[in-house]
Amino acid sequence: MLVQRYRESMLKLAACYVPNQAVAEEVVQDTWLGVLRGLDSFEERSSMRTWLLRILVNRARTAGARERRSVAIGDWEPAVDQRRFDATGHWADPPEPWLEQVHDRLTAEKMADRLRLAVAALPARQREVVTLRDIEGLSSEEVCQVLAITDANQRVLLHRGRSRLRQALESEFGGG
Amino acid sequence: MSLRIRLRRRDVVCRQAVELVTGYLEGTLGRADRRRFESHLAGCPHCTEYLAQMRATIHLTGRITPEDLTPAMRQDFIALYRRWHAERGDQSGSGGSA
Repeated sequence: MLVQRYRESMLKLAACYVPNQAVAEEVVQDTWLGVLRGLDSFEERSSMRTWLLRILVNRARTAGARERRSVAIGDWEPAVDQRRFDATGHWADPPEPWLEQVHDRLTAEKMADRLRLAVAALPARQREVVTLRDIEGLSSEEVCQVLAITDANQRVLLHRGRSRLRQALESEFGGG
Repeated sequence: MSLRIRLRRRDVVCRQAVELVTGYLEGTLGRADRRRFESHLAGCPHCTEYLAQMRATIHLTGRITPEDLTPAMRQDFIALYRRWHAERGDQSGSGGSA
């Protein structure tokens, strides 16, 4: 059934905007009410899922504690701490290896836990994009539709978010 | 002299390479940038490691599953679903079936 099928995606996305689970639940409920009222305006060319998440984002933004404007692309956020490069731009402090540990089941579980925290700690706009793309598996086009952002914005946010997640794993598991 | 400057400007250094990773993985780099990125990787084990770590990060992130609903939330959803169903029934029943 529809409510069951989308509930996890909706709660996760709502949690990007609101301070706690209870408010996220309210947003999701509110979304369903909006869906019921807006069923007539459902556009068949967008997928049900995309449409639903779009309504959710609008509701959640209204309910969210933070007012957030579109991403200021000019705010430079490097993928890697610039102090890790020397004056010529080459690695002075290269990435600590951790890939081999992925094959150890217990460590992989710890990595998943660490990632969950790292995703939660991302700035909201990065968290939205990373959640939709890498956890929900939406395409970049769908993410742009859901969040009403340009493809370039989507990619910048994805880049920053993924870079932070990689750094979180390196910091915890690198060189071990 | 001028040749060396031009070459240096065209070469990608590590600091730039890490910023090209997402565009590379998304397939949105232009042909020239992609070639520069790949030729940098060919000579740079650190950036090759970095790219592999980004790929692994994406893969691991894809395995995150949401926590289960709490019983209270489950109750709410069931209630919501029933209400939704009831409201829809009312509308399509046009005037209530008494």
